[in-house]
Amino acid sequence: MRHCLAVVVSLLMVLAVVAPVSAHGLAGKRFFPSTLAIDDPFVSDELTLPNVLHIKRRGSGDEPPAQETSFSGEFSKRITPNFGISFEGALVHVDPDEGESLTGFENLEVGLKYQAFTSAAHEAIVSLGLGWEVGGTGRKATGAESFDVVTPAIFFGKGFGDLPDSLSALKPFALTGLVGLAIPTRAKSRTVKVDGDEVEVEIERHPNVVKWGFALEYSLPYLTSYVRDPGLPSFMRRLIPLVELELETPIDRGQGGLTTGTVNPGIIWAGRFFQVGVEAVFPINERSGKNVGVRGMLHFFLDDLFPTSIGRPLFGR
Amino acid sequence: MARLSAGLVVLLLLLAATGAGAHAFLDRAEPRVGGTVRTPPAQVTLWFTERLEPAYSRVKVVNAAGQQVDKADGSVDSNDPRMLRASLVPLGPGTYRVIWRVLSVDTHVTEGDFTFRVGS
Repeated sequence: MRHCLAVVVSLLMVLAVVAPVSAHGLAGKRFFPSTLAIDDPFVSDELTLPNVLHIKRRGSGDEPPAQETSFSGEFSKRITPNFGISFEGALVHVDPDEGESLTGFENLEVGLKYQAFTSAAHEAIVSLGLGWEVGGTGRKATGAESFDVVTPAIFFGKGFGDLPDSLSALKPFALTGLVGLAIPTRAKSRTVKVDGDEVEVEIERHPNVVKWGFALEYSLPYLTSYVRDPGLPSFMRRLIPLVELELETPIDRGQGGLTTGTVNPGIIWAGRFFQVGVEAVFPINERSGKNVGVRGMLHFFLDDLFPTSIGRPLFGR
Repeated sequence: MARLSAGLVVLLLLLAATGAGAHAFLDRAEPRVGGTVRTPPAQVTLWFTERLEPAYSRVKVVNAAGQQVDKADGSVDSNDPRMLRASLVPLGPGTYRVIWRVLSVDTHVTEGDFTFRVGS
């Protein structure tokens, strides 16, 4: 697996020719903020710390329902102007209805992303990515798996600023999204439980999972700077209401088609050097849960904070 | 984790105060973005969120036919480096487009355009 990753990394490095790409989620006039639930379509020098999620998870099998709170962070770094790497980690606290609470890290996630296409005129971005959940780096008791999961994915972002002027009210809208396939490196896990003379063998199957999601945004900064300035107070001029869909659909190993996910309406305030956001988290069906959660994020634009040092690509300009 | 985040925020803001500079986005304009004015303006004025590099910051105004209607004197104000303005020839009723491209002092380029109307 590590050999395959090395090959893919090498290929992406070769593909990462220097091209005019703006960091910070810009495509022409469009500023794409970093979304809270799904991954962004652009390559950037940015830091998320923290992204906090609190929700009550439904029980499954022998596991009782539990309150879950996670604190995650992600550091994204451009290697070249259109090729970047990211590292993400999360600390999870699980407080079940029955039994002791547990705290532990999730597996480390490493991501590579190549921003393959950017159109300033059409406010469009397409990127190719490869995620690698490094098995065994988190705590098993809080759900971290012992095997790797590799996720090739395609990301896109599209602003609607190129609509005709007769539809100018729609120009502040933008849509971002992703589709990826999470491929576990182990098809099933076997757990042996010994209780006196009885030996019980549990087999857990790990399906391939399509990970997909969208974020629909309405940018008040775009409205006031490029379409129509209604004279909003300066605080409101930086608001971006949005709704995100974060979905997972297993495709095999007995779980095919059992989609789970959440709808996340919220709002982002984007300042000069950082943005903050908050979202409600609504499960889309009973399989996904029954309780509403909340998510918040603080996110720093390193390319603006440190434009001449860690905020610029390692190679190229 | 909360303490760590608070500490990081303070650290980043301290560092930010010593050399950071963000992308220059348009903060407001006169005439207003998408607005209508009854009296033809003598100039357009744009205020940005960051200080601009005068040598690489431009503004142009065109009419509906694409003809330039500013006096080609667009420049960053010497007293206010966040302000970019250009004088206009006498304008008749109609829709005009303001096109700008600026470089903030930390070398981030941003560009954009908007329209305003002259008339009732």
